[in-house]
Amino acid sequence: MKMLTFANRNAKEILRDPLTLAFGLGFPLVLILLLSAIQANVPVSLFEIEHLTPGISVFGLSFMTLFSATLIAKDRGSSFLQRLYTTPLTPLDFILGYTLPILPVSLCQSIVCYIVAVCLGLDVTGNVFLAILFIIPISLLFIALGLLFGSILSDKQVGGICGALLTNLSAWLSGTWFDLELVGGTFKKIAYALPFVHAVELERAVLAGSFSEIFPHLWWVLGYTAGALVLSVLLFLRQMKKQ
Amino acid sequence: MHAIEIKNLSKHYRDVVAVDDLSLTIEQGELFSLLGVNGAGKTTTIKMLSCLTEPTDGDAYLMGKSIRKNASEVKSIIAVSPQETAIAPGLSVRENLEMFCGVYGFSKDKKNGKIKELSELLGLSRVLEKKAGKLSGGWQRRLSIAMALISEPQILFLDEPTLGLDVIARSGLWDLIRSLKGKITILLTTHYMEEAEALSDRVAIMKDGKLQICDTPERIKEIAGTDKFEDAFIRIVKGAGE
Repeated sequence: MKMLTFANRNAKEILRDPLTLAFGLGFPLVLILLLSAIQANVPVSLFEIEHLTPGISVFGLSFMTLFSATLIAKDRGSSFLQRLYTTPLTPLDFILGYTLPILPVSLCQSIVCYIVAVCLGLDVTGNVFLAILFIIPISLLFIALGLLFGSILSDKQVGGICGALLTNLSAWLSGTWFDLELVGGTFKKIAYALPFVHAVELERAVLAGSFSEIFPHLWWVLGYTAGALVLSVLLFLRQMKKQ
Repeated sequence: MHAIEIKNLSKHYRDVVAVDDLSLTIEQGELFSLLGVNGAGKTTTIKMLSCLTEPTDGDAYLMGKSIRKNASEVKSIIAVSPQETAIAPGLSVRENLEMFCGVYGFSKDKKNGKIKELSELLGLSRVLEKKAGKLSGGWQRRLSIAMALISEPQILFLDEPTLGLDVIARSGLWDLIRSLKGKITILLTTHYMEEAEALSDRVAIMKDGKLQICDTPERIKEIAGTDKFEDAFIRIVKGAGE
């Protein structure tokens, strides 16, 4: 109950910020529409709607990291968290309270992306629903990154690291905008050592119904998610103790 | 039973001694002020007493409960209004109060009653539906104190409650703090000498983490040999450095 009260507050803070709508929903939609328009004029297989939508829905999740990290960093900076540490809320209440409200936002973002994709010609199959379901572990990865960065950075630093660096990294290294084979070499190796391209390929495999191809991408995503969650919890607890 | 009993409390951060062997007692219902220049150790003391920071040495007992051994019990009887206003800016005043009622597990009836009571006490009724982040500094401070009072604390820590407020807002908050006097134990830190003198039953002056003096404002003036409390403060702090 206490945790839900706190989670409810966090949901309100995030949803009432106009940037949430602008970047959380608006930006991914603009990208789908823009790249689909390019694809209509100059056909590129990468921008076909069944390839593009998984990439954009994963890319959109990088804004969840930004939202969650910004909220936590602001709460730390304004002493709001410090004040809450003197209440009966437990460390678990804080971690769940910051994590849970962003999950439905992520799912809504993904649902909206797929609705637009259907309007642009994506076939409605059961795989669309499964692709939305598989967004959950990927969302947890991005939310955990938000908890992690929010625990160690100030809100201004969060803007730079999550707002600029992470969104660009998750875009360039995901194989959404260009085929990683075209660059190859170290760039491709780095991309495949990170979770973003695996998250996109996992989504593409699920959407295509090629379930044998979800591996090893699912393991990469789950591994990174588990690692990021553990690290973020440790860093959050560390900053809590440092108060 | 003393409201607060501090015994040889110290806090070291690597080579820096933030609080050095502090011992004092505060009685129930007393309004006690901690004074000192920046870095004197006031905020660190409040952080230790409110279980935010673990002491390096010593202990303190709040209504008989140890901050080291009974932190969760201590947290249930205290409330803190930090130096920064520490409110949820995107929520309305009512939602901020509701959130704190929820954090303390109040029933719906108790929540509504508490919000009504505190809104009247702090004059928040006319801004209840306004977004907290849009309020002036004075109103945000009032809200911050209302949030601290929700849990019906036995001990309230007010860290620089009037910092950055204009004269009128400060005077309003002084009236509010006076209205709480005697009902709960209040430990206040402030940089404003006239505030400490006007509000406090007793005052402690700290310098470099050490307690220099602890007495009523009148006695402190007598000891320092001056009629003005600010002069007394300066003499004591400067004297400690000589």
